[in-house]
Amino acid sequence: MTETEARAHHPGLAHQFQDLEQQQETDTLGIWIFLVTEIMFFGGLFAAYAIYRWLYFAAFEGGSHILDIKLGAANTMVLLASSLTMALSVRSAQTGNRRSTVMFLVATMILGSIFLVIKGVEYNQKFEEHVVPTLDWAPQGETLAKIAPGGVGHAEMYFIFYFAMTGLHAIHMIIGMGLLLWLVLRARKGTFTGGYFGPVEVVGLYWHFVDIVWIFLFPLLYLIGGRY
Amino acid sequence: MSTATLEPRVRARKNYLNADYGWRSWLFTVDHKRIALLYLVSITFFFVIGGSFAVLMRIHLVEPQGALVQPETYNKLFTLHGIVMIFFFLIPSIPAVLGNFLVPLMVGARDLAFPRLNLLSWYIYVVGGLFTLYSAIAGGADTGWTFYTPYSSTYSNTQVTAVAIGVFVSGFSSILTGLNFIVTIHKMRAPGLTWFRMPLFLWSIYATSIIQVLGTPVLAIVLFALLLERVFHVGIFTPALGGDPLLFQHLFWFYSHPAVYIMILPAMGVVSEIIACFSRKRIFGYKIVAFSSVAIAVLGFLVWGHHMFVTGQSVYAGLIFSMLSFLVAIPSAIKVFNWTSTLYKGSISYEAPMLYALGFIGLFTMGGLTGLFLAALATDVHLNGTYFIVAHFHYIMVGGAVMGYLGGIHFWWPKISGRKYPNGWAQLAAAIIFIGFNLTFFPQFMLGYLGMPRRYAFYPAEFQVLNVMSSAGATVLGVGYLIPLVYLIWSMRYGPVAESNPWPATGLEWKTPSPPPTENFAETPVVTEEAYAYAPEEAAGD
Amino acid sequence: MVFLGLIGLTALTTGVAFIDLGPFNTVVALAIAFCKMLLVLLFFMGLKYSSGIMRTVVIAGFFWLALLMGLTMGDYRTRSWSPAPDSWSATAPPTHP
Repeated sequence: MTETEARAHHPGLAHQFQDLEQQQETDTLGIWIFLVTEIMFFGGLFAAYAIYRWLYFAAFEGGSHILDIKLGAANTMVLLASSLTMALSVRSAQTGNRRSTVMFLVATMILGSIFLVIKGVEYNQKFEEHVVPTLDWAPQGETLAKIAPGGVGHAEMYFIFYFAMTGLHAIHMIIGMGLLLWLVLRARKGTFTGGYFGPVEVVGLYWHFVDIVWIFLFPLLYLIGGRY
Repeated sequence: MSTATLEPRVRARKNYLNADYGWRSWLFTVDHKRIALLYLVSITFFFVIGGSFAVLMRIHLVEPQGALVQPETYNKLFTLHGIVMIFFFLIPSIPAVLGNFLVPLMVGARDLAFPRLNLLSWYIYVVGGLFTLYSAIAGGADTGWTFYTPYSSTYSNTQVTAVAIGVFVSGFSSILTGLNFIVTIHKMRAPGLTWFRMPLFLWSIYATSIIQVLGTPVLAIVLFALLLERVFHVGIFTPALGGDPLLFQHLFWFYSHPAVYIMILPAMGVVSEIIACFSRKRIFGYKIVAFSSVAIAVLGFLVWGHHMFVTGQSVYAGLIFSMLSFLVAIPSAIKVFNWTSTLYKGSISYEAPMLYALGFIGLFTMGGLTGLFLAALATDVHLNGTYFIVAHFHYIMVGGAVMGYLGGIHFWWPKISGRKYPNGWAQLAAAIIFIGFNLTFFPQFMLGYLGMPRRYAFYPAEFQVLNVMSSAGATVLGVGYLIPLVYLIWSMRYGPVAESNPWPATGLEWKTPSPPPTENFAETPVVTEEAYAYAPEEAAGD
Repeated sequence: MVFLGLIGLTALTTGVAFIDLGPFNTVVALAIAFCKMLLVLLFFMGLKYSSGIMRTVVIAGFFWLALLMGLTMGDYRTRSWSPAPDSWSATAPPTHP
């Protein structure tokens, strides 16, 4: 069987496509368009955030100073590393290297879990400081002193956006973890060899996008106004 | 009727309808044609539901103090009428039924780019519909389909949460359908089918899909925020808690204005196909019509503030939105001129699809022109919140989009079902619909101009005559809609068998049998001629 | 490689937060985030080597987001600008905040 024939009759080829190349180009275009919808989805929330930040800057600044910048920066590094391992796993799948594909996918999952754990720690801190809107909103002491100048009510708005934006991001991460698990199971069976690596690339693009969202969330939420 | 005989159970050629039997073969299908039929059944169901709410409203409005229901119930009726008709009938109608069926056929492919995603789209739509039905049965919502805050988020005691979830979920169905179409049109065109040889229906579906993909996520996020506010009592859009209700409106209308172009662009595509076929002529100015479709999609995103002229947004924003709203009328007008130029010196026949298309041109033009009154800031102050607006959008949505949908159903019915329907009855129904529609909605222009507010369960006595006229028209319109339901279902069993190309029309979909086999084409077709090659000797300018 | 660049930028952005630049803090932070995003897009996501249509799709996405933010923010920013006075000798409009 020539290589062209092999690509036209690959077991991974779906019935509506002529050949593997058309399928992979189509899948890639599809996931990019999906990511654009995600840009608009998160973007709506970012737009609302931008409006309120402009309106209530002092309160948002106060709220931002309550966040732990070290944990935020650490999480940023963790997620960037996970993007690296993801990109390396895509490269491994492209070259048909089963072992390193699995290895890098697992590494990405581990890094993703670390991110979620740190996030959990941060959320827990918010409960301890009583700055969770509606559920546990009773800022006191030093916490209250930081947010009082801008208005406690408007600071609550900041925390609504904090939880909504990071929460939505975390949901996307959890979905991503599920997709990675699915990939690991398939990769272990050797599915992604012989020129078929589409699913790995598609999930990779999704994962990088989730990373990019966090790249913006970090400065927007944690670095308002500076700390000096 | 006399020509229709009881068709004997002939051993029918294998096609997508008889390829497999049983409910599993339908509910787990990935065949785009079967999915289109799944959508056809569901949207017809929702059309009946939404239409019933409208009937109840029109009965109620024959008396100035209301004839049927409590004011609170009336509020729920107009809310659910709007939500069901917009999100569960109009938005999916042409794309999900005709688009799903025709896009792979028109590009010469075996299926869409992502068939399983297509099926998922339908299931998501059904789940959204179930949430909405639940909310209707559990008491309904009374916020208007526009969900304005803070009433919807904080003060209303009705089933807002359930119906907002329903709309939120249905949005994803729309996004996935649009995504599927964009990728299919880019990547799966048959050899020789260049962009400028595509039927204009594909151009309009492409433009629609761009809107669906870029706009619907913003609706999703604003409903998400609304639900957060409603469930957790936070103040994102509530003034008392520091929020701005106008922010909700900005985000809501950023989607909901382009949404109306989702509803009208596919109908315009259908009209292009029908006009070309029944004038036996190429569409005049093919490229301009194609570019106008995309222009409408893009410009449509720049005008949302015209829904907010009287809500307190900045005057300067209002100025800009007003100017842009005038601009967006231009590509639509260009299309109307192109259609009429196509008709000129064409060889015109008046089968049912053509009647719907001609009706579309007239009614859409009227609706569109009245939009200009509303785009001007000063006149909008007088007309906003009145029945003028109701008449304006019904002229476009019902006189335009629904007639385009029915025209398309009638044009492609032989391809979809393999049967022909009785043309006489179809023409009669089209005429009844046209008359009933105008009787229903023209008085509403007058009512609006005279000052009758919309969304009111009662009105001053001097408006009664016009209201009764409108309600009488609604009865005629309802009868008109029922007739096709009857003969189309009848035709599936008793209609004469249709050949591959009954009209005849150009386009790849007519080159395969009626109904098509599951794989659409025995071999991948190769395209060698321009679109609408109806009269090769015709030297029509481009 | 790219990864080290990303880490470097993250360290930079965190460090800058501790310096007082007034309103430029936000600008710098966003500019750095933008650079990080470009690195991820071009190299990790392969956009540098992709066909024109993928790039068009991505640019369109950001353009649309800019539309949403821009026009909405435009409303808020111009609300306090009063309309032009309707007489030549009217008082001067109040200053913008």
